[in-house]
Amino acid sequence: MSTQTPTQTEESSETDAETDVPSKGDERRDEKRRRAAEKRARRQAEEAEKAAADEETVELKVFRYDPEVEGKQEPRFDTFHVPFTKGMTVLDALMYSRDTYDSSLTFRHSCRQAVCGSDAMFVNGGQKLACKTQISELEEPIRVEPLPHAEVEKDLVVDLEHFYDQMEAVEPYFQTNEYPDGELEEQRQTRENREKIKMSTRCIWCSACMSSCNIAAGDNEYLGPAAINKAYRFAMDEREGEDIKQKRLEIIEQEHGVWRCQTQFSCTEVCPKDIPLTEHIQELKREAVKNNLKFW
Amino acid sequence: MHEHDVIVVGAGGAGLRAAIAAQEAGADVAIVSKLHPVRSHTGAAEGGINAALRDADSWEDHAYDTMKGSDYLGDAPAVEALCQESPEEVIQLEHWGMPFSREEDGRVSQRPFGGLSFPRTTYAGAETGHQMLHTMYEQVVKRGITVYDEWHVMELAVTDEEDPADRTCHGVVAYDIQSGEVSGFRAENGVILATGGMGQVFDHTTNAVANTGDGVAMAYRAGVPMEDMEFIQFHPTTLPSTGVLISEGVRGEGGILYNEDGERFMFEHGYANNDGELASRDVVSRAELTEVNEGRGIEDEYVHLDMRHLGEERILDRLENILHLAEDFEGADGLTEPMPVKPGQHYAMGGIETNEFGETVIGGLYAAGECACASVHGANRLGGNALPELIVFGKRAGRHAAGEEMGEAEVTTGKQGDWEPADYEFEAEVGETGGQGPAAADGGAVATDPDGVLEAEVERSEARVEELLSREGRNHAEIRSKVQETMTANVNVFREEGRLEETLDDLHEAREAYTDVAVSDPSRTFNTDLIHTMETRNILDIAEALTVGALAREEFRGAHWRKEHQERKDEDWLKHTLVSWNDGEPELWYKPTILEGESKTYEPKNRSY
Repeated sequence: MSTQTPTQTEESSETDAETDVPSKGDERRDEKRRRAAEKRARRQAEEAEKAAADEETVELKVFRYDPEVEGKQEPRFDTFHVPFTKGMTVLDALMYSRDTYDSSLTFRHSCRQAVCGSDAMFVNGGQKLACKTQISELEEPIRVEPLPHAEVEKDLVVDLEHFYDQMEAVEPYFQTNEYPDGELEEQRQTRENREKIKMSTRCIWCSACMSSCNIAAGDNEYLGPAAINKAYRFAMDEREGEDIKQKRLEIIEQEHGVWRCQTQFSCTEVCPKDIPLTEHIQELKREAVKNNLKFW
Repeated sequence: MHEHDVIVVGAGGAGLRAAIAAQEAGADVAIVSKLHPVRSHTGAAEGGINAALRDADSWEDHAYDTMKGSDYLGDAPAVEALCQESPEEVIQLEHWGMPFSREEDGRVSQRPFGGLSFPRTTYAGAETGHQMLHTMYEQVVKRGITVYDEWHVMELAVTDEEDPADRTCHGVVAYDIQSGEVSGFRAENGVILATGGMGQVFDHTTNAVANTGDGVAMAYRAGVPMEDMEFIQFHPTTLPSTGVLISEGVRGEGGILYNEDGERFMFEHGYANNDGELASRDVVSRAELTEVNEGRGIEDEYVHLDMRHLGEERILDRLENILHLAEDFEGADGLTEPMPVKPGQHYAMGGIETNEFGETVIGGLYAAGECACASVHGANRLGGNALPELIVFGKRAGRHAAGEEMGEAEVTTGKQGDWEPADYEFEAEVGETGGQGPAAADGGAVATDPDGVLEAEVERSEARVEELLSREGRNHAEIRSKVQETMTANVNVFREEGRLEETLDDLHEAREAYTDVAVSDPSRTFNTDLIHTMETRNILDIAEALTVGALAREEFRGAHWRKEHQERKDEDWLKHTLVSWNDGEPELWYKPTILEGESKTYEPKNRSY
């Protein structure tokens, strides 16, 4: 182990950074920040030079913000010039920028194949999954920003807690009152019914739809397209039974449920998995009306 | 400090199933994961879940296929547990609402897969993993199980007795990615590692960026041996430019492989005269690379996978996701042209040594899923056997950790019985070079009470974070990519002695470089630079153990091919490779494979398809 042990006492933690007396660790960090700022200026100059020398690069303007780093507390855009390769995606370009120019460039990503839903961003003014957005299809400079209508944590990372809360507000789990008797006996489901729910089960929780929705932007309690689609997935599943469907319709009919939707189709347009979200919401509205008529 | 009965590290298929099982057994359980659960890489699994569900099929046939597929390096008690319990687990998923593909009569569909004697791969389109992951997360939400998401587990809190078998795990230390806080998670009953694969050790992989083998590496540093790490599955059909997986389901449904001359080489060049494209994955991957090496590859790089003859209707019904992947990530239209494919790193057969209940040699420490090695896959995993492993062994580990009585294990852990030390001298310098951060097994945890052990580990981890954030040094990214390059070039489908030795030199150099590593982002908020830097250390530990095992195993078995040793040598090598930490210097030893099952012995046979 290195002998470079920190000088802080046992009880100290990062919260000490806010006390009046700066520790040695704070001083080091401050010094590091200063040097990082200098390095950034140098790098941008170098990059501009490189771009001038090499035409096969793409220009990215990337939103930067960090609540605790000097020079990043005020949001700004950094420019990166990335050598273009065939098939390059926005995610590839961001990873190149991070690994080559600035290791503090921050964004969520994992699977690189549009199934983990981590890297939804605002690219040239639209909600996109960075990993499946081809650079060749975008106008330059490419503006990359965090998803609108969500709190920015840092650079391209937004707080998804509210989105997760809405997803979990619709009892998003299978419910039924009866299972087949036999041991190792599956419930039956028709191919038609499986087909009916298929698209709705493809949701990857990327939250692009929620970010694109004007209603969700104005009404923080609105369930939003993804959560309503989750409710649709179960309400339309014939394995759940009528009584459960009844309960599901009550959930989505609440004040901040389906009736808020004004069918602007923005969610459907941005969904990277091509889920017909607006249609699903409309269908639930019709189901709800039918259901209410039953009790007249 | 957070306190729970059971802590599950990782929130993919195995972690979620373990958490559900532990809670059902009465434990207060929490999941700690560096990703939100739905981001886990189980979601990228495509093909399906092998389960003997039908009257014409049997778990015995599934076990036979699996033992054969493993090239007789699987342990029969674990393999039989997998095959016996997979049917009930699949039905459990169906009862939780998982949207499987269906037959006309409304029952779940099954299809043929490589190396199987019966079409028992149960599936949901070509997105089985996605549906399985989301179905299980729904159950976690329903049960109100606590999830600490975006917390990166750094190390285990383990006592430091001389013999790993005397040690106890009392919890984990994790770093909150969002706030930068380092915190202890005390586990009263047990810690279950379910951290998934380690594909980032290679540069052409189907694995996610997050698959850095964290659990395997931290268990190793705490004293648990890594088992059979040299057995890496290279999947025969990945897209050449990105490594994105094209499911074996394509071949299961009838897809055909062609070389540049339009030959159906699996048959025409005699690689697998009976099963052709549906031979075991190791066989098909070697065949493809042989075609390329002999000049019959397309653009000297890949071969073609053609599914056009299946027809649009069948493709859309069963393989729709493949069309999207080929279009989005390779610009190929699977309906009108063949898709380019080549082998890519896909799966680690080896991992944390466990018995069939998921227990490791360290008390209170469990592992399940891809990070674990029970072993059910031996030298080669069959397609469709990874997802049942997650649910069967996730559940077993969860129940056991929660305190349920489950009987005596037949698979041993640690140096018990007929273990033997390796008789192999490495020419290259191996082992840790110091300055790479603490390891639990290196001692220093003076405390013996559980809370004290955890607090000491929290302090060491906090000091490590502070050190990485405050000092000047080199960035990890360059080190990581050098490791990935040398591993992909030399420890790939085809392996030869000289290049494996060179790899150990490269890895030693990378370790030296890593002693100077530093994080230039000073922030405590969402510092991915810091997380990736810590992950790279795990990649280093794993790459080395893997290469050491590959060099010492002088035979050709399953996915492990050696130029100098062109045959399976059952006399000498019906045994598992184990690599122990030993204060940073990998110690190599072996233990015998268990071929005796419940009512029969699986006699090693010539493996042809």
